[in-house]
Amino acid sequence: MSALTDLGIAEAAAGLAKRDFSAVELARAHIAAVAGARALNAFIVETPDAALAAAAESDKRRQDGRSLGVLDGIPLAIKDLFCTEGVQTTAGSRILKGFVPAYESTVTRNLKRAGAAMIGKTNLDEFAMGSSNITSAFGPVKNPWGPPLGRAGNKELVPGGSSGGSAAAIAAGLALGATGTDTGGSIRQPASFCGIVGLKPTYGRCSRFGIVAFASSLDQAGPMTRNVKDAALMLGAMAGHDPRDSTSAPIPCPDFARAAIAPVKGLRVGIPKEYRIEGMSSEIDALWRKGEQWLREQGAEVVEVSLPHTRYALPTYYIVAPAEASSNLARYDGVRFGLRVPGETLDDMYMNTRAAGFGPEVRRRILIGTYVLSAGYYDAYYLKAQKVRALIARDFRDAFATVDAILAPTAPSPAFAIGEKTEDPIAMYLNDVFTVPASLAGLPAMSVPAGLSAGGLPLGLQIIGRAFDEETVLRAGAAIERAAGFDTRPSRLVPAKAGKGDR
Amino acid sequence: MALTRDQVRAIALLARVRVPDEGLEPMAKEISGILHWIEQLNEVDTEGVEPMTSVVAMTLPMRPDAVDDGGDPAAVLKGAPEPVDGFYAVPKVVE
Repeated sequence: MSALTDLGIAEAAAGLAKRDFSAVELARAHIAAVAGARALNAFIVETPDAALAAAAESDKRRQDGRSLGVLDGIPLAIKDLFCTEGVQTTAGSRILKGFVPAYESTVTRNLKRAGAAMIGKTNLDEFAMGSSNITSAFGPVKNPWGPPLGRAGNKELVPGGSSGGSAAAIAAGLALGATGTDTGGSIRQPASFCGIVGLKPTYGRCSRFGIVAFASSLDQAGPMTRNVKDAALMLGAMAGHDPRDSTSAPIPCPDFARAAIAPVKGLRVGIPKEYRIEGMSSEIDALWRKGEQWLREQGAEVVEVSLPHTRYALPTYYIVAPAEASSNLARYDGVRFGLRVPGETLDDMYMNTRAAGFGPEVRRRILIGTYVLSAGYYDAYYLKAQKVRALIARDFRDAFATVDAILAPTAPSPAFAIGEKTEDPIAMYLNDVFTVPASLAGLPAMSVPAGLSAGGLPLGLQIIGRAFDEETVLRAGAAIERAAGFDTRPSRLVPAKAGKGDR
Repeated sequence: MALTRDQVRAIALLARVRVPDEGLEPMAKEISGILHWIEQLNEVDTEGVEPMTSVVAMTLPMRPDAVDDGGDPAAVLKGAPEPVDGFYAVPKVVE
């Protein structure tokens, strides 16, 4: 048997069912792992007592023959963007430091009702704005693939962002699954950087109630796990209609886990030619072609498709997302909750509070959003962006008339060093070049670890599907997973002798 | 388009985010750079294209106009900065 912190969700559930170990033992192993990995800065708050209490209840239910199912007793990490009743929720921002919600987000409520044990709240880019985790007010998360592995020299690496704490936690064996949120790639890009699976569901699949809002027409919660089947299992527990979110889809959820085991024979997979961008690194290109090959070998038909407006997705996103953010973040004014910095007048108080509470990237996006929505500029920027967004969504609809899924890289590079790409905001934004189009179109997309870079760092491939067709995304993702056989784990936190057993 | 210091000052006031005088110039430069990059959207012909207003084709649902939650002042007041006698007291925001 491998170490308890090395298991997948399905394996752990099987072990719990067979009484190989208890939920309390499972929780203790993860609590110890979290405590031993504080150098990664993956968590903002640890909740060991709550995790142990939830695990003890889970053990009792199992003893009484009342197990709630596959997630009962599974330790999960929760991105600190989900409101958790009685537990500090900061969105990675100084402005919400000390904020303790009196209510629970629907997604975390669903997970807790399924028996999951929350072991802590994970670090993230401030208000989920970033691709590196360096914008967190609680300091950057370090990628477990960084030193002392020595693969990329001595520099600490970013875990990606914004769900970098969640991705690092899964890669380092600190939880069996984690929640993430994805606005322009915030689940998929860190999943790729940390060598794990990250699934952004269709917009509307998971309720946004109780998730600190960034860009309301793009935000979507999803699972981050060690394998595709686990992502399916976790999504099944997270998703579902919620009357508290008017954009939550009133449609039933299929059996996602069942979809993940279906073969891909006969599936039509599109390769979008516009994603083969100028200056694309040869190792990313080679991995992408390998992915095509893997799908073909399993009986899928791979064809070229065209998404002509791809190159306009990033600039469109950097109008729409800041515009919505400037509006959503207006609520942080120092009046009702969060940080308050006094001032002589009311406006002074607002301005002082928001200058002190928001970091530079958030301030920059609020100003851009305010500008593109301001009188005289609305049509030129925001309206124009919403029209281009309609064209981007139409590109996908046209492509999905002939294919069932689309295969693309997740990110243009492996994890980079902390401190790189900080001079020029646009260089950082380019991380999301392959993830933003599906976000704008509201489509489900998943990153699956597919190989290692020349420097020994994980690289992911991305599957994009039709709206509400996570089943095909999981099916194709599982085919990539089978063929890639990616089982390399970062060794930084796991001394060689502690790996007793299989791995 | 390139933003001036005064434009940044005006936007900062609209957004109620204080930008100190010495920060105006660098911010103007940063935002101008991003706006310049964004303006490549002007190449796209959007004549006759309806702007996207909802992500997933769905009619907004209606619900009965009835109270279905609340009635727990103690829980609400837990989040209040300075609760006073069961009231959620805040600084005066209406002159």
